[in-house]
Amino acid sequence: MEKQFSSQAYLDMELLRFTTAGSVDDGKSTLIGRLLYDSKSIFEDQLDAVKRASLQRGNEHINLALLTDGLRAEREQGITIDVAYRYFATPKRKFIIADTPGHIQYTRNMVTGASTANVAIILIDARNGVTEQTHRHAYIASLLQIPHMIICINKMDLVDYQEDVYEGIKKQFNTFAARLEVRDIRFVPISALKGDNVVDRSNSMRWYNGATLLHLLETIHIASDHNFTDARFPVQYVIRPQSDQHHDFRGYAGRVAGGVFSKGDAITVLPSGFTSKIKSIHISGQEINEAFPPLSVTLTLEDDIDVGRGDMIVRENNLPLTGQDIDLMMCWMSERPLNTQTRYILMHTTREARCLIREVSYKVNVNTIERIPDDVQVRLNDIARLRIRTTQPLFFDPYRKNRKTGSLVIIDEASNNTVGVGMII
Amino acid sequence: MNNYHINHLKELESEAIYIIREVAAQFERPALLFSGGKDSIVMVHLARKAFWPALLPFPLLHIDTGHNFEETLAFRDQLVEKIGARLVVGYVQESIDSGRAVEETGYYASRNILQTVTLLDTIARHRFDAAIGGGRRDEEKARAKERFFSHRDEFGQWDPKNQRPELWNIFNGKKKQGEHFRVFPLSNWTEMDIWQYIYLDGIELPELYFTHEREAFNRDGVWLAYAPFMKMKPDEKVEVLRVRCRTIGDITCTGLTLSMAETLEDIIREIAATRVTERGSRADDLRSESAMEDRKREGYF
Repeated sequence: MEKQFSSQAYLDMELLRFTTAGSVDDGKSTLIGRLLYDSKSIFEDQLDAVKRASLQRGNEHINLALLTDGLRAEREQGITIDVAYRYFATPKRKFIIADTPGHIQYTRNMVTGASTANVAIILIDARNGVTEQTHRHAYIASLLQIPHMIICINKMDLVDYQEDVYEGIKKQFNTFAARLEVRDIRFVPISALKGDNVVDRSNSMRWYNGATLLHLLETIHIASDHNFTDARFPVQYVIRPQSDQHHDFRGYAGRVAGGVFSKGDAITVLPSGFTSKIKSIHISGQEINEAFPPLSVTLTLEDDIDVGRGDMIVRENNLPLTGQDIDLMMCWMSERPLNTQTRYILMHTTREARCLIREVSYKVNVNTIERIPDDVQVRLNDIARLRIRTTQPLFFDPYRKNRKTGSLVIIDEASNNTVGVGMII
Repeated sequence: MNNYHINHLKELESEAIYIIREVAAQFERPALLFSGGKDSIVMVHLARKAFWPALLPFPLLHIDTGHNFEETLAFRDQLVEKIGARLVVGYVQESIDSGRAVEETGYYASRNILQTVTLLDTIARHRFDAAIGGGRRDEEKARAKERFFSHRDEFGQWDPKNQRPELWNIFNGKKKQGEHFRVFPLSNWTEMDIWQYIYLDGIELPELYFTHEREAFNRDGVWLAYAPFMKMKPDEKVEVLRVRCRTIGDITCTGLTLSMAETLEDIIREIAATRVTERGSRADDLRSESAMEDRKREGYF
């Protein structure tokens, strides 16, 4: 780590979250291991621990999967059960990897990892081309509206680094992807094992003129991944110091979910419909002129109106949708199947309500992206389109317009567990 | 291209503030776990930012092992005074005196594990329903799996295989009577992020983090601070060295780093060059491969 410390360079770093889905066979762990190792983010004691554990388990090579498998059960069974978060940084960006298992029985974990990602890395084995698993991973990335997808065609060393293999798979994937909603797809031919085009350019694939995987991760444009158009501010908490110094201070704390709020903007509060103007915007003691996602700020208003948690402050001329009958795509996260007779708790932005599942329209076969016609019993890991009825109106945007105001979770009243996660259509 | 982008520290700060406010909004009796270490100092700093200009809407909770660095307690009391916070202390000594916890014996005796008893008892006595901690996912592999909102059953236990899914900005803090949550706003921060943030925001730290002279001895390759209650092996001898703490915990298991770092810039340079994780010098984690997971299951921090 010869990184020279420079506070200015460090200030320019952006945060990029990416998700990887796959099984050991895809070389996913090898890929992550290589990114961490080549960017010098693995420490000696971690590597020593992995070496020791690999030997103990009789592995011939250092098993880099042991780095990410954090729970005893995972190490014992040699599988990744949960989402593991890994961190590394280069001088340009800080990265958060949500590393998820790729098997169909872990669809819910993939969905979880995808929910906040800027980039999805999808691994394809060059020997096998596009498979059911590729469909599944790409579909989930598209369903969760991950803005960028990087398709790594891996194990190029095992197909003699042939350009036509790479081009063939690219074409195959593009044909399939036409059915998905993805804004930005990139392809990189790599060998995670040999290190080709991961961090360093490959000498074996001179026909490839594009960027290496790390270079893509460092440069892909993510500044526009948030919605900067439709101003949305779910009120999280009301700050009232009631001290002598700040006697009349009444601040609305929250995280901007969309758009830009400026001092002086005319706003409307939902559901009351009261209108006012933004008097000031604060981050702690510092006053700022504009608030935008994903900043946590405190707003004060010109007028003394009744605003509380669960309300939403929006710009007067740009209102979200309002309603109690909502269509959504839902991933079921619980071992107990969805029950249309049950009332569930619903959390959406900072608002809480109850809901009933009115109708299950269809389930999706995540391997083929086709509708399953006859079976509407929604079980663990199923993805279904449904309609819910809420006890109170929600203020929302379609998920494809805003991942924060377009998402919700439902909770089982008896167990308090989060059982379903929904994306509003 | 727009001008609305922020650096990663601002993004992590916004995320942490959101989580802290969510605790205040969703729970009735939260507390902030304060150890006197840098992560909990950063937590207090973020919490003050979250509720400015109001005071913290929850107390600080310190679990005192009785085996502290003196500087930690002095720093704690000054901070509490300065920010007008309420302080709740749970004493491991009281747990031992009442027979709830049994003191370890031998060379490796530490009160680290006993803290769990005191912590759970203190949470129960004050009926805290959420405890905000400074744990980070990069610290340890069991922590890497932990949620921001981490559920604890009525016995204070963590069930790592049965954790609630956590998506987007939505955090489910629903619980039954007697259960509580541990909340980790710094989950996505790395050691480097913490130090850079301390540097950029000018956060005050105890002197222990900077180079100073101290009586220390070497055990199994780790430098430990000498204190009268430490049981030394015959071949171990006390030396005076220039050291600093990379983490601060109970004195019996906090490894010291030989260091000449006098300023935050020095420390950041030192960390950028280091090849060992910060918990690599924590005797409590070196006990076994699953040491942290096992302690966490029982209700540890």
